[in-house]
Amino acid sequence: MSLDILQMVLVTVLTAATPLILAAIGELVVERSGVLNLGVEGMMVLGAAAGFAVATETGSTLLGALGGAGSGLLLAALFGLLTVGLAANQVAAGLALTILGLGLSGLVGAGYVGMKRDPAPHLHLPGLTDLPGIGHLLFGHDAFVYAALLLVAGTWWFLWRSRAGLSLRAIGDDHTATHALGLKVRRIRFLAVLFGGACAGLAGAYLSLAYTPFWAPAMTAGRGWIALALVVFASWQPLRVAAGALLFGGATVLQLHAQAAGLGLPGQLLSAMPYLATILALVLLSLGRRRGGSPAPAALGRVFAPSR
Amino acid sequence: MDAAPAPPGPREGPTPLFGAYGIVKRFGDFTANDRIDLEIRAGEIHALLGENGAGKSTLMKILYGLLEPTEGVVTHQGDIVRLANPEAARALGIGMVFQHFSLCENLTVAENIALVMPAALTGRALAERIARLGQDYGLHLDPARPVWSLSAGERQRIEIVRCLLQDPKLVILDEPTSVLTPGEAEALFSVLERLRDEGRALLYISHRLDEVRRLCSRATILRAGRVVGSCNPRAETARSLAAMMVGTQVNEVQPRAARRAGAVRLVLDRLSLPAPGLHATPLRDISLSVAGGEILGIAGIAGNGQPELFDALSGESQAPVPEAVRLDGRPVGHLGINARRRLGAGFVPEERNGHAAIPQMSLSDNALLSRHATAPLSRFGLLRRARARELARRVIEAFDVRKAGPDPAAGTLSGGNLQKFVVGREILAEPGILVINQPTWGVDAAAAAQLRQAVLDLAGRGCAVVVISQDLDELFEIADSIAVLHDGLLSPPVPAGATSRAAVGLLMGGAEETGAEAGETPAAPARRALVQVP
Repeated sequence: MSLDILQMVLVTVLTAATPLILAAIGELVVERSGVLNLGVEGMMVLGAAAGFAVATETGSTLLGALGGAGSGLLLAALFGLLTVGLAANQVAAGLALTILGLGLSGLVGAGYVGMKRDPAPHLHLPGLTDLPGIGHLLFGHDAFVYAALLLVAGTWWFLWRSRAGLSLRAIGDDHTATHALGLKVRRIRFLAVLFGGACAGLAGAYLSLAYTPFWAPAMTAGRGWIALALVVFASWQPLRVAAGALLFGGATVLQLHAQAAGLGLPGQLLSAMPYLATILALVLLSLGRRRGGSPAPAALGRVFAPSR
Repeated sequence: MDAAPAPPGPREGPTPLFGAYGIVKRFGDFTANDRIDLEIRAGEIHALLGENGAGKSTLMKILYGLLEPTEGVVTHQGDIVRLANPEAARALGIGMVFQHFSLCENLTVAENIALVMPAALTGRALAERIARLGQDYGLHLDPARPVWSLSAGERQRIEIVRCLLQDPKLVILDEPTSVLTPGEAEALFSVLERLRDEGRALLYISHRLDEVRRLCSRATILRAGRVVGSCNPRAETARSLAAMMVGTQVNEVQPRAARRAGAVRLVLDRLSLPAPGLHATPLRDISLSVAGGEILGIAGIAGNGQPELFDALSGESQAPVPEAVRLDGRPVGHLGINARRRLGAGFVPEERNGHAAIPQMSLSDNALLSRHATAPLSRFGLLRRARARELARRVIEAFDVRKAGPDPAAGTLSGGNLQKFVVGREILAEPGILVINQPTWGVDAAAAAQLRQAVLDLAGRGCAVVVISQDLDELFEIADSIAVLHDGLLSPPVPAGATSRAAVGLLMGGAEETGAEAGETPAAPARRALVQVP
């Protein structure tokens, strides 16, 4: 296999991984603050519809991306109001959010089914992008891919190096103790939920503006759920989330090639391979380092209602 | 708050450092604090005394900005201040050492401290300050350790260091010794005295009267949300202070006149169990025997195998060989908790909420939980609710359980009342063997005395009782003999009359001499006899 074919495969892997990275990093921050938002799929699919609609109306991919992120953020705000503000059950509210998001996306996208757009522009640096073997891999992506990678690094820095990230982790560990210390538990959780929503919306917008530049109902195809699972199996670590997403992307590309090559296996089984491979790899990873009990944020999913 | 009345002028002496005047706090219909006045001066340790539910915690949370008073004002050097949140309180120099530590278990010591420090202070600079302060006050901490790996005493050290790093003028301490060994408490007292001598004010909340009499020069006593008196605790006796707290003379337990030495009813024979979890303690070669009418007290600091020992006795964990646990001569090590209950045993675990009782379920349902195996509470697989309610009613009556409503959820009861219920539930079954872990933890003096009396009376009727407790006063009050559990090893029991608190306290710390913290193998000292050196 020549270097250029290998590069082409790696580029596809990265593009397949990008929506998962975006959505899973957002959810990771939400869960690190102690909130479980199961509505990632709903926010993602609404982001895809709204992003495509805004981009088509304005002709701007950037505005489309912002529209997608904004719609995810609005949906997350509703979730935050219910669960953080009114202390509703997070599991029920999250599942309802997915159904709501699927419904709303159908409404928003109704007039846009079957339309096509040019995909988001790719970076092109004369000289650099044309470098053989690595040029396209390093310098030839659209802005979403670079945003996703920056998001991973930024989230890692935020969680482990910044004071605000420490507060967020502490609140996810024990909201009663941190409340007693005077930390703004509900405010920080609400902000985290909004961030998670914006990330999921952006992930959806990536699907409809760059990955497959059209809108089709339910086009997220369960990626929101995969993102949720990635967070858990990655032990709530941003770098592992990225690794898991890349693995998933890799397995996706591999099984497509396997199907095209006409192996004797049923297509459905091959389609399931990425899911199986990702889960297996991350389970093995999390088995490797078990000492302080579960790596999950201790307050995850627990409702907090302070007296005042 | 601006329209609030000006505080009354100084009553005596100089303006107090902090004052609280006319504090009222209502939660719905319930008045937790009712027109409380409190003045705290620099350079004094001021005790806040009261039973559980007297309103101490509420007042303290108001002073720390966690709760807003319904009425009343807080003053700082005579000026009215509004404590909107703990940050505002900290800015005024108010620090707090929480009873239920406000620490995040999965963060490190340094991270927990950084949470309330200025954002610029992190990493090495913070670690240095922690080390310097630790050296200064003898409060040593390893900044990189995660909190879950630390003992209660070490956790409290974090709370104190975190508080002192902010250079507070007022330190509020909520039941600071409730989880400490006598040695650790001594070390705490010298830190507190030093803080007082530095001119800081300390508000010391406790129901341990000996400590209050030793440390504090002034005490304010709360009962049912009101101030019922203030005094110099050194001029009072523990009895008179207790009487002020509960409003009546405290019943001291009646010692049994004569102790009948019955037949041996409960035996542990060289029981060893591996640690059931990551943070658990293995039990090592534990032998004991308790006769009918006898109360064996098992002392020890939390985390030395108490829950593991309790589980082995109750059947929540099974012994490797049936003969390792014997009830009335029958090997039961392989039997579960219901089978042991059917043989006449009763068990009260340490944790009221979630282990002894389910907080969301009603009292009658909770009565079913531990009695379904032995009482006729079901027929053909169907529950007989009327009988369960009747059983709950009898427990409530016999043990004076105070509650709201006819059959409320267990979680709505105060700690003391729920404890009376779960202990009463077992005692009314008239068990031949009773194992009870921390019978009066976090229970007020009156309820504690009542519970101890009930246990004594039960033993008087021929029951073999094992009491696992961290409270030495309690053990010396009711136990016939005392053994110490340290690091999963049980010392040989000795008659309570032949040993002393000091001797037991040293064994609890795993050493026989003070200062022998390092160097000793943890197993050796607990093997030594407890008999006091004259």
